[in-house]
Amino acid sequence: MSRQFLTGHEVVVQACIDAGATHMFGYPITPGTEILSGWIKRAQEDRSLQYLQTEDEIAAGFCVAGAVMAGAKAFTATAGPGTVLMQDAMSMSDGMRLPFVVIVGQRGGPSSGTVIYSQQEVNLAIRGGNGEGMRIVFSPSTVEELYRLTRRAFNVAWQYRFPTVVLTDGYLLKTKQDVSLDFVGGNVGAEPLVSEKTQKNIRNIYTFEEELYEELMKQKEDFDAMAKDVVESEFYCGNEVESKKYKVESCDELIISHGIVAAAARDAVDQLRSQGKNVGLFRPITLSPFPKEELNEIVRNVKKIWIVESSMGQLRDLVKQNIDFTDFEKIPQVDGLYKPAVGIETEEIVNLFV
Amino acid sequence: MSKDSKFCPGCGQPIILQTLYRILQEQKSEEKAVLGLDIGCALLAWDFLPINTFQTHHGRVTATMVGFKRGRPDSLSFAYTGDGGAYAIGLQSLMWAAMRNDPITVIVANNSVYGMTGGQTAPTTMKGQVTDTSPHGGELDPMTGPELLRSINKKAYLARTAVNEIQNVKMYLTRAIETQRQGNFSLVEVLSFCPTNWRVKGPAMIEFLNNMKEPFKMGEF
Repeated sequence: MSRQFLTGHEVVVQACIDAGATHMFGYPITPGTEILSGWIKRAQEDRSLQYLQTEDEIAAGFCVAGAVMAGAKAFTATAGPGTVLMQDAMSMSDGMRLPFVVIVGQRGGPSSGTVIYSQQEVNLAIRGGNGEGMRIVFSPSTVEELYRLTRRAFNVAWQYRFPTVVLTDGYLLKTKQDVSLDFVGGNVGAEPLVSEKTQKNIRNIYTFEEELYEELMKQKEDFDAMAKDVVESEFYCGNEVESKKYKVESCDELIISHGIVAAAARDAVDQLRSQGKNVGLFRPITLSPFPKEELNEIVRNVKKIWIVESSMGQLRDLVKQNIDFTDFEKIPQVDGLYKPAVGIETEEIVNLFV
Repeated sequence: MSKDSKFCPGCGQPIILQTLYRILQEQKSEEKAVLGLDIGCALLAWDFLPINTFQTHHGRVTATMVGFKRGRPDSLSFAYTGDGGAYAIGLQSLMWAAMRNDPITVIVANNSVYGMTGGQTAPTTMKGQVTDTSPHGGELDPMTGPELLRSINKKAYLARTAVNEIQNVKMYLTRAIETQRQGNFSLVEVLSFCPTNWRVKGPAMIEFLNNMKEPFKMGEF
């Protein structure tokens, strides 16, 4: 496909259209607003694209839930306090296994915080509901990846029926990049949960504790089976090493970061390696399900881990939960650069290794 | 025509639901109908009728059915809710569904209390009515939904009746469905028995319901 010069917002809208989405429900909130306005702009040319600016994020979320039950590929986009309000509908979608798709532009928190950037909605995206956090959460690092993962979000949501979040931020959404919008494979179709052909009575509230327990254990089984197909990560050991075939031994110190911070970390790895330092980057692309096996395989052979994130440790907590320390001969030291709600530049990461 | 009732003995809600189902049967519209249920006693209707039903969240059934109807415009979309779900926690979405004239039918069972949680004050609790959370009696005039929505939507079909006026329940629901078919918003509020939380039985239950007809006017608005 030809190269285009597009913002993250434009790429998200294009990805939703290319994924076959037909309905957007949304409420304006920075930095997600331009996804709503961009979709509505496109809907003026293409009458098959439906939209509604709802009265709040709660209604946007429940309209998405209703529309997907009717068999429409619907989605919403939100941020910060809106992501908090969205948990009501997302929790229902957790319980009823709805293919709920939301693009989240993280902004600084708590409260109304700041309006463009943070990596503080990791916990909210994964575990914001009153349950066990069985959601699919993608964290794109570049504008091109924002396109691919937004398209993928619809496919995995409709194939596996777990609520799916594209967790990004205002920096990436507002960035304009020279991009090639490539996506391998087609779109998963949208089937209604109830239709004229069905007669279903669907619950999300249970009379007996045991009934809910059984339902949750079934969900967990499905989630673990799905994880094998969906989990995604990248191990980067400098531009001399081609993508997946890496030498684990070649990395003494490992940076772990996600999203746009990982793009800075990637540049830092290049610089550090050119200085002769043996540093690599592990980047979870799915924050949930977390690439646990991939992480452990790499971590086993490193001396030190550096977590780098625009949060006080939401990624660190995920990493620590997923490292299987029991079979380590020597547990690596975990240090980090935690800058809640501010951006992190390549130089800052390079300077960690001085 | 229905499965076993999960409602309390004496509850008025099965009357509303069975009347709705009878209309759908007569119109051969059972397959087109989708009944979304709010949380509260409305959730007990989840397998009461042999049509598509699903539970939603407290106060969220209206927004969910707005989304459902937009996803499938040829459906008959019903939002079934109690007075708390409709007029307290869900009022914002109810008002906006009416304001936008979304072509759905909202059915409100008004029993003047929060039934599922044990009889606390509702937006429809009447002046002087004693509940666990208004031990000195309700202080406000109760919320009157159809009257409120009249002022923001001229095309909507808005009516109130009671479960002991079953002919009107049937007539109003029929008109509400017709309104939805024509592409407009409709809401029917039905005053309903709650002997469990009113803590009354027998004739006193009917007297309580009839007394509700003083602050809550019967008819179309």
